[in-house]
Amino acid sequence: MKMLGNIGKYFLMMKVVFTKPKKWVIFWRLLFNEIQLIGINSIPIVILMSSFMGGVIALQTASNMSSPLLPAYTVGYITQSSTILEFSPTIISLILAGKIGSNIASEIGTMRITEQIDALEIMGVNSLNHLVLPKIIAAILFFPILVIFSMFMSLMGGYISLVLSDLTSTETYILGIRAFFEVGNIYYALTKTVVFGFIIVSVSSFYGYYAKGGALQVGESSTKAVVASMVSILIANFILTQMILL
Amino acid sequence: MIEVKNINKSFKEHQVLFDVSSTFEEGRVNLIIGQSGQGKSVLAKCMVGLHEIDSGQIFFDGRDFAAMDRIEKTQIRQEIGMLFQGSALFDSLTVEQNVMFPLTMFTKMTKKEMQDRVDFCLDRVNLSGKNKLFPSECSGGMQKRVGIARAIAMNPKYLFCDEPNSGLDPITSILIDRLIKDITYEYNITTIVITHDMSSVMEIGDHILFIHKGYNWWEGDRDSIINTENPEIINFVYASEFMKKIRTSMQEKKHI
Ligand SMILES: Nc1ncnc2c1ncn2[C@@H]1O[C@H](COP(=O)(O)OP(=O)(O)OP(=O)(O)O)[C@@H](O)[C@H]1O
Ligand SMILES: [Mg+2]
Repeated sequence: MKMLGNIGKYFLMMKVVFTKPKKWVIFWRLLFNEIQLIGINSIPIVILMSSFMGGVIALQTASNMSSPLLPAYTVGYITQSSTILEFSPTIISLILAGKIGSNIASEIGTMRITEQIDALEIMGVNSLNHLVLPKIIAAILFFPILVIFSMFMSLMGGYISLVLSDLTSTETYILGIRAFFEVGNIYYALTKTVVFGFIIVSVSSFYGYYAKGGALQVGESSTKAVVASMVSILIANFILTQMILL
Repeated sequence: MIEVKNINKSFKEHQVLFDVSSTFEEGRVNLIIGQSGQGKSVLAKCMVGLHEIDSGQIFFDGRDFAAMDRIEKTQIRQEIGMLFQGSALFDSLTVEQNVMFPLTMFTKMTKKEMQDRVDFCLDRVNLSGKNKLFPSECSGGMQKRVGIARAIAMNPKYLFCDEPNSGLDPITSILIDRLIKDITYEYNITTIVITHDMSSVMEIGDHILFIHKGYNWWEGDRDSIINTENPEIINFVYASEFMKKIRTSMQEKKHI
């Protein structure tokens, strides 16, 4: 029952978020700020996670391939397809949900309990539009870039680990990466990422915006924000996969 | 002028305001006083629409605020300046940017005009030169004063101050009281100040509303508050033993 209420409240909130900003100058300034916070600041963690995960995927595939019937380039192919289809869009989004989601929920939650949101409202500012819209736009613009970055780093990670451990040659790996490559899969991945970025920012903003109480409750709502974002991503992933791939 | 009629407000089961009515006139400093937790801040927040009221009416110069939609409320809110009990400064912005914020948002002023206005407001609260500090680098009293500067930046028609001088030393406190009084008279503002501080009451209280247990318990001016026989007021005004002695000695003098 409470969950249904929350979902209703979430959609009502979104209606207020998507209105025309009062002053474009301020909106652009906030947007650039958010691109910095949500996008640029996430690059290091994306690089770190992706290159190691790519390395592990490649190594595990290589070590499990004992059958001589499989062509040598299979390792490259599997690394490529699992990176593009699931690892980069979904797993990286889940990781970013932890990083960005908790950040957003605690930032907005703190503004709520210290009455900064009331101060905005009293000036006649649409606080939801002012605070949340720049974050959503920043995520929609920058998540795909992060994910392309992640794909590249993951394939690099795979390559480095295979070459370092002498499991494949450069040519075979590249052959594998290019095998059965479909541009459609990239579009599919990017579509998913845009949806996931939207989910992370809007769900975390929701939990921050409706936080009550003190510092403790802000902490709790930021945990809730991360969990709810992750669950929503998993559900959305399932639905999108059904819709697009089947 | 702000008129409040029969306001009731509760949070879930817990009723905070009971049928509060009062009139706050322009060009006067209207005080809301009362003990902690009696509903003063809630009343102020109901008046500006930060809390939905359960029943009752609020008129800003005859305009029925509670019946308005979001856009109409926004219009009225641009005429309101408010200082929050906890200052509520935007902590990602500097002192200067805080005061400038409403100007950038709602006016077509040039950079220079805004800068002049900000410097003027900061000067009035004795904070000139502190432009570039962040709220976290300011003392509690300084934050209060920045909050006041931000509240008056837009030349409000209605000014709400929730405990403008709690946490300030007596000298700064009087300075702030005088500032509030001066701008109220100068610009004919409808000013509402929430306070516990008896010296503020005596210094600036043109009209005083005493809230007790969520009721409009008593209303009057600063002369009548000294002489009232209302026991709760007596308790509040003469809270300390020292003040009680003064009262007894004043009464003895009257009898002689
Ligand atoms: N957002 C809220 N949710 C639930 N109860 C609240 C809320 N705000 C205030 N209350 C309750 O309303 C009552 C009055 O609170 P209010 O903040 O108006 O007190 P106050 O008179 O301003 O006191 P103080 O002088 O200490 O600031 C308190 O009992 C408080 O618990
Ligand atoms: Mg209060």
